Amino acid sequence: MKKRIYLDYAATTPTDPRVVKAMLPYFSKQFGNTMSIHSFGQRVRQAVEDTRMKIAGLVHAEASDIFFTGSATEANNLVIKGIAWANKDKGKHIIISSTEHHCVLNAAEWLGKQGFDITVLPVDKYGLVKPESVEQALRKDTILVSIMHANNEIGTIEPIKEIGKVCRDAGVPFHTDAAQSFGKIPIDVERMNIDMLTASSHKMYGPLGVSALYVRKGIKIEPLLHGGGQEQNLRSSTVNVAGVVGFGKAVEIAKKEMKREARVQTRLRDHLIKNILSKVEDSHLNGHPKRRLPNNANFWFAYIEGESLIMKMDAAGIAAGTGSACSSLRLEPSHVLLAIGLKPEEAHGSLRMSLGRFTEKSDVDYAIRVLPKIVKNLRNISPFKGSWKT
Amino acid sequence: MTEFNSYTKKVMELFKNPKYVGELKDADGIGIEGNVVCGDVMKVFIKVGKNKTGKEIIKDIRYQTFGCVAAISSTEALARIAKGKTLEEALKITSKDIAEYLGSLPKIKFHCSVLGVKTLHKAINEYLEKK
Repeated sequence: MKKRIYLDYAATTPTDPRVVKAMLPYFSKQFGNTMSIHSFGQRVRQAVEDTRMKIAGLVHAEASDIFFTGSATEANNLVIKGIAWANKDKGKHIIISSTEHHCVLNAAEWLGKQGFDITVLPVDKYGLVKPESVEQALRKDTILVSIMHANNEIGTIEPIKEIGKVCRDAGVPFHTDAAQSFGKIPIDVERMNIDMLTASSHKMYGPLGVSALYVRKGIKIEPLLHGGGQEQNLRSSTVNVAGVVGFGKAVEIAKKEMKREARVQTRLRDHLIKNILSKVEDSHLNGHPKRRLPNNANFWFAYIEGESLIMKMDAAGIAAGTGSACSSLRLEPSHVLLAIGLKPEEAHGSLRMSLGRFTEKSDVDYAIRVLPKIVKNLRNISPFKGSWKT
Repeated sequence: MTEFNSYTKKVMELFKNPKYVGELKDADGIGIEGNVVCGDVMKVFIKVGKNKTGKEIIKDIRYQTFGCVAAISSTEALARIAKGKTLEEALKITSKDIAEYLGSLPKIKFHCSVLGVKTLHKAINEYLEKK
């Protein structure tokens, strides 16, 4: 049989079979609308509240501060726009970093056109935001700082606790997009000075179509959606009960297995990185060698282009990702890779391999065997041989 | 034209089994087009000969491409179409001919076929200028 190895867990994860099992009753047997006062409604309401508690428990928050949304993109938009709208009498200044996910970048850029003032902080060559640069950027009219916990492309883990401290001292609400890190590495909103946090279900073996936003009490956010007043009026919409229950099961599993999984994946990741860097000439690691997600490996290979690389790998049975312009709708190379100082031609040759719960050592070894041959093959096709001169 | 994120079978077939990749050491004309910043650079080598009626033809052709699947299969398609053609005919090859040979190209990748045509023109013109 043809090999099919999935090394794109950062894009989405398969739903854990245990999660699917937990969700199934909530489609037709245990159905109901959480707003209904009768027993059907009350029963599903209890299931949703149980999940709220599980999520709160994983990040050391209060259950009443957890709100469900339809996606991490929605949660991030809710924070960025909702804080802006609710606090515009206080100020119009928002701070983000240059390596944020497009949903944060584009929401902030949109606000910029509405008269808000957006500061986009630079990162160093590893993708790290300096807490001092946040401190220097803060102003009297700053109403929000949003810096991601871990980067989706290069896996760099930001100094959230330190950045949170800077914001706390200045009395400015601090949000972190933890879509990639939630359920993979420990998070404690108290210890890490986090006021708002975005968590995604489908990045941690839960279903698609559900995410959560933690909002510390006392922070004013204007809702994006007006309607029936669900989620304490912050996010009107009938609650996606089966999705929420699945998310809860995924969180329950993560709580038990996260530590061991992180250890296993870190070992596999380092094995992969070490071997690719030594077996492929002119190969480079993107992101920080240590301060990175346990499951993320990201490289750039000189003289070849990423989409071709991905498609050759796909033909060999490996699914991975790239930051090349040619694989994006906008035909621009990854803003993250440019932000860490790569030239466009270098960013075109990038490859992200992200591991997960179901990755075996044999999968990684197969990638180590196959990838050098594919890079060599594409370099044979390329007019560039050992330099960028033709 | 197809949507982004999907290539025709023909595109993938040419991408996986290219026949004309390489260099011609004694090329009569070489054309280079594209820009590394944009992510595609093509280099086309041609060898010119004569057919039975004495007209100059592309006797042999090779290429090297830095770029995406569409860029590589566009140059491969170009080489297959151009080989054996008279220089006059070869100069008339259009990006549409390449896209048709490939079945179709995603809309945002159409520029790859345009780049292929430009590169071939450069190679032919280089030969004609040297002559």
